[in-house]
Amino acid sequence: MSSTAVVEPRRVRASGDRAATALSLGFVTLFLMVMVALPIAALVWEAKSDGAQSFWDAVTSPQALAALKLTLGAAAIVALLNAVLGTMTAWVLVRDDFRGKAAVNAIIDLPFALPTIVAGLTLLALYGPASPVGINVAYTRTAIVLAMMFVTLPFVVRTVQPVLRELDTELEEAAHSLGASQTTTFRRVVFPNLLPGILSGVALAFAKAVGEFGALVIITGNIPYKSEVSSVYIFGRIESGDSAAAAAAAVVLLAISFATLLSIGVLRHFATRHDRA
Amino acid sequence: MRKFVYLGAALLALAVALAATAGIGSAAPANSADTKLSLVAYSTPRAAYGQLIPAFQKTADGKDVSFTQSYGASGDQARAVKAGLDADIVALSLGPDVDELVKAGLVDAKWKKQSYKGMVTDSLVVFVVRDGNPKKIKGWNDLLRPGVEVITPNPFTSGGARWNVMAAYGAWRKQGKTDKQAQTNLLKLFKNVTVQDTSARNALNTFASGKGDVFLAYENEALFAQSQGQDLPFVIPKQTILIENPIAVMKNSGDKEKANQFLRYLRTPAAQQIFADNGYRPVVKSVLEKNRKKFPVRPGEFTIDQLGLGGWDKVQKRFFDPDAGIMARIERQVGGVTG
Amino acid sequence: MRSRVQRLGLRSVVLAYLAVILVGPLGIVFYRTFEDGFGPAWDALTTPETIHAFKLTLIITAIAVPVNTVFGIVCGLAIVRRKFPGKGVLNAFIDLPLALSPVVVGLALFLLYGAEGWFGGWLDDHGIQVLFALPSMVIATIFVSLPFVAREVIPTLREIGDEQEQAARTLGASGWQTFWSITLPSIRWAVIYGVILTTARCLGEYGAVAVVSGRLQGQTETATLRVQERWESFDLAGAYAISIALATVAILVLVAMTVIRPREEAH
Repeated sequence: MSSTAVVEPRRVRASGDRAATALSLGFVTLFLMVMVALPIAALVWEAKSDGAQSFWDAVTSPQALAALKLTLGAAAIVALLNAVLGTMTAWVLVRDDFRGKAAVNAIIDLPFALPTIVAGLTLLALYGPASPVGINVAYTRTAIVLAMMFVTLPFVVRTVQPVLRELDTELEEAAHSLGASQTTTFRRVVFPNLLPGILSGVALAFAKAVGEFGALVIITGNIPYKSEVSSVYIFGRIESGDSAAAAAAAVVLLAISFATLLSIGVLRHFATRHDRA
Repeated sequence: MRKFVYLGAALLALAVALAATAGIGSAAPANSADTKLSLVAYSTPRAAYGQLIPAFQKTADGKDVSFTQSYGASGDQARAVKAGLDADIVALSLGPDVDELVKAGLVDAKWKKQSYKGMVTDSLVVFVVRDGNPKKIKGWNDLLRPGVEVITPNPFTSGGARWNVMAAYGAWRKQGKTDKQAQTNLLKLFKNVTVQDTSARNALNTFASGKGDVFLAYENEALFAQSQGQDLPFVIPKQTILIENPIAVMKNSGDKEKANQFLRYLRTPAAQQIFADNGYRPVVKSVLEKNRKKFPVRPGEFTIDQLGLGGWDKVQKRFFDPDAGIMARIERQVGGVTG
Repeated sequence: MRSRVQRLGLRSVVLAYLAVILVGPLGIVFYRTFEDGFGPAWDALTTPETIHAFKLTLIITAIAVPVNTVFGIVCGLAIVRRKFPGKGVLNAFIDLPLALSPVVVGLALFLLYGAEGWFGGWLDDHGIQVLFALPSMVIATIFVSLPFVAREVIPTLREIGDEQEQAARTLGASGWQTFWSITLPSIRWAVIYGVILTTARCLGEYGAVAVVSGRLQGQTETATLRVQERWESFDLAGAYAISIALATVAILVLVAMTVIRPREEAH
């Protein structure tokens, strides 16, 4: 932890400070505007290009809603699973030591380096009808979670690792010497410091799971209303020539993702308020 | 002050790098005296054109012609061309995709009046079955039996899958069923569909991975897969639709005459034989007859313009309108949504 | 300290998780690549189109990674160390690119730079080719890999606090000196992991780049597009071989970054 018991001297803000703030903010804003806001604005524009009624029909159609429910539900499960398993993995990679640890650390990012079709094909080969281990979950809802887990695996692991490295073990040792149990130490001392990292990773994992397409289309049934995720529904609308409806569904998905990301940010703000006291 | 300099330098370096890379050349440098033709096609004929283009370049017409080739899903390619992808010739998987370009003013509406109705290859919808055909699937009615799992791409995400739907519907009409009965059968069929992949290639993969009893495929793709060592026995039902693949020259082509020469070449017996070797049914009758062993006659074969179907214009609207079409209704009913 | 049982138990759970989700699929990739010997893999990797595709992938990655790294560090510093209104919104905005499926990214870029798009006319008049050429492929890649460095840097900056930076200031160091000597070294692991993640993501990007590339054979095909092409041609060994090559590059980058990392600060 980084708080001190000493009263901090009042910081003298030089004009250079203000300039630095303005410059960095300006750069960030400009970059985000060009890179992120412009494409999203184009989508919003396209979504409303057929009129408000069309927009409404497109986003409230039973097929769109079914896909939305499925996608958000699966992404939420995946985000939670990642929070737990990802943190555990980061812990083992930073605090534990065993032969082959470096190799394990090296392969964590491979779900990104492989094109999504490879993810789909290999998961299908392993956990589909021809499974060598006798597990066949292909074309079920489990397959959706499985594919999403693959593509989001690196997130929480990699966001927690650097935080864990910086974590001062003195505090844990102090807690132990004061008689705290393992669980209490983790809950009171370690976890609050990991939480910002975990939540960062969870936000990334949720967003990525919502937007995943390539790995999912290989291993899910894609049956409309039943096993079709939003990204496939949107793809169907584009292929049918209805890009306005596709943009509408995409915008709604974006809005919901944005709200979720905001909430995670608020959660993190709330959970780390003691650091700013 | 220094930070401004560093930041500026970094941005400048980035801009220079981006600008420098804007002119990244191709793998094979082209002679500037060549005519350049750009072929934008759907994904399946890649191997065929890989042989046809060199063959064309050996002819008098094709002597100094170099090609840029692009292969992707038919609908995606049409959209790319609309968004500005440079093309002289488009070879897509079904007529409506070319009509999209007509609507955008990029292809002349008279493309269908060319030789062979603007088509360059044909194929059929077939049933790919398991080794030994344990469920004894021979005709469309067998697909309606309870317990038979059918694999087909989703007709809304895969334009080519619309051939499957119309093959089924048309087959029942050819058998004498009424429009209503055929639609009821379509509903029954889709209730047996357990996976609706986004593309034919994905659907083939699903079937090959062990899912399903029968896969609705295109004969040329099944034949090509077999030639690449895939074990895919197939049955051609008695009634089935003739798949017709269009080709057209773009209005804004840089060298229309050369492009048309290429199209003419593609319909010569030599070129049509190359298509046949790659699994496509030739549009030129003489070449089709020569390859009859590979491409048996089907007594119940029909096209999209027969049986009162009305051609793709009518069929698109009636069956595949994303909200009001017959298939949209069927997907809703299969999905358990009323209405 | 953790008991031995707890440690082994945790390790087993994690290794089992990784085995199911990660190692299994990777094993399949290796197995299928070399199932029929080295031949198919070698053939797929050495065609001129594949070599060009790798060059293209590496160029795109070499542009996108530094851009997103600079953005991530500046953004992280702004969000953690500065006060300004709308911070929460900006923070949520950063992850948004991930929530768009590649098809939607492609659609958005068509809407912006396509012939009928917002800038299409202007670009055409000035003879600038964005779509179906390198610029749009770089833009798409930057877009899909945007948040990673920022997301690594932000929690680490929060964790380490800014006492050292404040101390440096009171001792008279300028903002820039503070950044280079104090801040940057303290977030080095965050930046390293962020760069590794970004690089891996850039190497493996398929969907969005495929849409905006126009798939021009031998010109705008990236390595991932070659994987798709090999798979469509029923050359699974070749497709997986190219994938292994991509994975190898990602691992090499990871090794390089962890080996060349800035010297450890004495703790």
